[in-house]
Amino acid sequence: MGNSVSTTGIVSGRKDKQALAESFKDLHAPLSDHEALVASDRCYFCHDAPCVTACPTSIDIPLFIRQIATGTPEASAKTIFEQNILGGMCARVCPTETLCEQVCVREVAEGKPVEIGRLQRYATDRLMAAGTHPFERAAPTGKTVGIVGAGPAGLACAHKLAVLGYDVTIYEARRKGGGLNEFGIAAYKSVDDFAQKELEWLLSVGGITIEYGKTVGEDISLVSLREDFDAVFFGMGLAGVNALSCEGEELDSVINAVDFISDIRQAADLSQLAVGRHVVVIGGGMTAVDVAVQSKLLGAQDVALVYRRDKDSMSASLFEQDLATSKGVRIIYNAQPVRVLSEGPALSVEFAYTETNGGKLTKTGETFRLDADQVFKAIGQSLTGAPEALTLQGGKIKVDENGRTNVPKVWAGGDCATGGDDLTVTAVAEGRDAAIDIHTTLLG
Amino acid sequence: MADLTSNFVGITSPNPFWLASAPPTDKEYNVRRAFEAGWGGVVWKTLGSEGPPVVNVNGPRYGVIHGADRRVLGLNNIELITDRDLYQNLDEIKRVKADYPDHAIVVSLMVPCEEEAWKAILPLVEETGADGIELNFGCPHGMAERGMGSAVGQVPEYIEMVTRWCKQYYSKPVIVKLTPNITDIRKPAAAAMRGGADAVSLINTINSIVSVDLDAMAPEPTIDGKGTHGGYCGPAVKPIAMNMVAEIARTPETSNLPISGIGGITTWRDAAEYMALGCGNVQVCTAAMTYGFKIVQEMKSGLSQWMDEKGYASIDAFKGMAVPNVTDWQYLNLNYVTKASINQDDCISCGRCFAACEDTSHQAIIMSEDRVFTVNDAECVACNLCVEVCPVEDCITMVEQAPGTVDERTQKVVVKEHGDWTTHPNNPSAVAAE
Ligand SMILES: Cc1cc2nc3c(=O)[nH]c(=O)nc-3n(C[C@H](O)[C@H](O)[C@H](O)COP(=O)(O)OP(=O)(O)OC[C@H]3O[C@@H](n4cnc5c(N)ncnc54)[C@H](O)[C@@H]3O)c2cc1C
Ligand SMILES: Cc1cc2nc3c(=O)[nH]c(=O)nc-3n(C[C@H](O)[C@H](O)[C@H](O)COP(=O)(O)O)c2cc1C
Ligand code: SF4
Ligand code: SF4
Ligand code: SF4
Repeated sequence: MGNSVSTTGIVSGRKDKQALAESFKDLHAPLSDHEALVASDRCYFCHDAPCVTACPTSIDIPLFIRQIATGTPEASAKTIFEQNILGGMCARVCPTETLCEQVCVREVAEGKPVEIGRLQRYATDRLMAAGTHPFERAAPTGKTVGIVGAGPAGLACAHKLAVLGYDVTIYEARRKGGGLNEFGIAAYKSVDDFAQKELEWLLSVGGITIEYGKTVGEDISLVSLREDFDAVFFGMGLAGVNALSCEGEELDSVINAVDFISDIRQAADLSQLAVGRHVVVIGGGMTAVDVAVQSKLLGAQDVALVYRRDKDSMSASLFEQDLATSKGVRIIYNAQPVRVLSEGPALSVEFAYTETNGGKLTKTGETFRLDADQVFKAIGQSLTGAPEALTLQGGKIKVDENGRTNVPKVWAGGDCATGGDDLTVTAVAEGRDAAIDIHTTLLG
Repeated sequence: MADLTSNFVGITSPNPFWLASAPPTDKEYNVRRAFEAGWGGVVWKTLGSEGPPVVNVNGPRYGVIHGADRRVLGLNNIELITDRDLYQNLDEIKRVKADYPDHAIVVSLMVPCEEEAWKAILPLVEETGADGIELNFGCPHGMAERGMGSAVGQVPEYIEMVTRWCKQYYSKPVIVKLTPNITDIRKPAAAAMRGGADAVSLINTINSIVSVDLDAMAPEPTIDGKGTHGGYCGPAVKPIAMNMVAEIARTPETSNLPISGIGGITTWRDAAEYMALGCGNVQVCTAAMTYGFKIVQEMKSGLSQWMDEKGYASIDAFKGMAVPNVTDWQYLNLNYVTKASINQDDCISCGRCFAACEDTSHQAIIMSEDRVFTVNDAECVACNLCVEVCPVEDCITMVEQAPGTVDERTQKVVVKEHGDWTTHPNNPSAVAAE
């Protein structure tokens, strides 16, 4: 006890449990029945709706919203799950402001979209709370598929195949499934252990076995996978982390943001998790925003998020950026790290201001320093552990429009494969579509 | 400032907004507060004959059709006439009238269809000093089963007979309240007129089952597992009521019969529309039951602002102005051609006009690859469906085609002259033009 936001160094317990619980509660509270009715009534039931086109999983949004409006959220949820079996998680984590809600005609017309994400959550929560599973498996095909990774891509692929009558085995390196749903997504987007509940609910369809603690490439080879199964799907995500490549990166308190986020997600008691008084985050994507915001929520006194380009180039959406600043994160644009200096236990990061000239990023020559107890690196993840036989392109497993890799009988999708936006929802879409292509290939 | 004072068949009130005979006017407490809140008059909740008062159900008596955000669109009730003692009501009426001499108090009555019954009650009402009576020939449930209310209102001869008794035994204005639960509203209106009625008021509530409880498998409101039809009122009934008002107002026989408009009036605009169709004043029930007495403030301020804008000094200045424009279909000008036109600046590309026209109308809207919606004049029959389904008001408008131009759909030149069905070549019984 006794620690506060202004305690020097990297310490735990900057906030008491109650304050932490308040900070880490649901980012968007679930809609009540009445709110859902009012929100659903705003949908115009557009023809060939732009929101559907914008959804990577092509959920029939006007239909599911109408089903809420008519008092049948369970039927609504089924409409969602038919396209996106992780519709519950997607309702929480999709950057709707750059997907469906961005093109909703009411956003275009009045700057106030239909709340598609929250409505999706309302419907899916309702069905999942009932503890039922809306799909039944088709007659067994007698064929088996092996899947690498129990993240969104692998799970979506597995579920679709299970429904189509396949027996599926998933090899998952970690001790828990869900992929970044479990280890990456910001805590306030997925409260109450939702990722595990969703996983359990998804598996209740039957026909899917997950073997935890099995790393493909170490415990099992691609060769044996191809021998054991009629088809193989890789949904291994991006397990590596990009390096800063600047002096001082190896210092103790220079940490991979994804590791810290994973610690937050797995912490039984957030008041035991230590965070710096001064935190510097380097990066410009969702990971950067998430680590910055969560450090602040844990009780860091000041958090600076430094991004090398300008506001519009940042891959975190404007909504995410606003979220960060509203929580007290300071975003510094157009600066890149030059070196990290150790000053006793504390650090100091030297940045160079940048500008973009004719598409090229250059340093202006001006520099500044930020003091930090902790520095989080969030400049992207990279593919590691992919079998050598698979052709890569731009650091990802090369796939065609059906998710096929260069190796026969092997498909890939999600973050580890080319194409897509590195979002949960695109991973789901790619996993699902690969399943359909596997089915067509094996039995079509 | 427009003058809102009202003189309806000799009954004066500070404004034309009366509360209809219903729960809002059931007792002294309500009526005093209604007057204080600004209502011009009330029609007291219907009184029955002397004797043990009627009883109401003790379970739920209302059901509702909700719109978005639980807006009350239609209200259904199975309540009966007043369930309070006759003399208590009469005493209260007398007291309130004495305190509010400038406000209108009309007493609604429903007694059996026998001369003696009316002869007995009318002097008692006269006694109170109330400004007039309204005959409740409209209540569609409960009382009708006992040969009163709409059971009388559905038989023109009874209406005429009872009205005549009232004119005989009562000195002040007699208003006959009509039931909409009939096929031709002109018949009871004419009967009331023949009986000597000073005015008619309409509509009372419409027979309705508002919803069915799909678990209990019974109509709602459900009383111990059973339900009965009720009377429907509120915004949903306004179009039905206005048509009935217009029918009476434009029929030569009844065109001079004063009308008190009732049915779904919720805003000043509703009231103005009723008045444009010939009503001398209006009565309100559901809107008050939904929002409380205060809504009359908006009705008054709105009507008065609009009258000022239009330069109407009094209600008589615009009363009935829309009546000459209500006609039969056969007299509508078939030479008047319009085409839908989409304002691209306002269009939000929702595609509803396309879905509606493509699936259910005339395939006259073209949708481009990039979601631009345009009207194909060669197919547009000007049905107005797209205008009504477009979520953006005034985004699609109907544009009149100038005489002399060619209607691309029919390839005919639009002519200036009026030409309707009565003279149309396709009409076997057409009268030759000119
Ligand atoms: C911090 C952070 C925040 C994010 N926030 C959002 C957000 O708010 N919204 C959003 O839409 N997206 C967000 N994303 C992106 C999103 O989480 C990913 O796009 C998505 O999880 C990709 O799914 P996937 O199945 O391809 O990979 P992953 O979720 O990474 O799953 C891969 C799985 O494969 C396992 N695995 C890896 N290698 C092997 C192997 N060799 N053998 C066996 N198993 C293996 C891993 O353990 C893991 O379980 C975020 C990402 C991060 C890092
Ligand atoms: C609960 C209830 C009770 C009513 N009771 C009477 C009544 O006793 N006498 C009567 O003439 N009309 C009665 N009515 C009909 C109303 O006076 C009025 O004609 C009808 O509600 C239509 O007006 P509105 O749409 O403004 O509600 C009643 C209506 C309601 C809702
Ligand atoms: S674009 Fe908006 S209004 Fe149209 S269907 Fe989608 S959610 Fe509804
Ligand atoms: S007016 Fe009718 S026919 Fe013409 S475009 Fe609109 S919906 Fe189609
Ligand atoms: S209904 Fe209106 S807003 Fe929607 S596409 Fe048609 S014209 Fe545009």
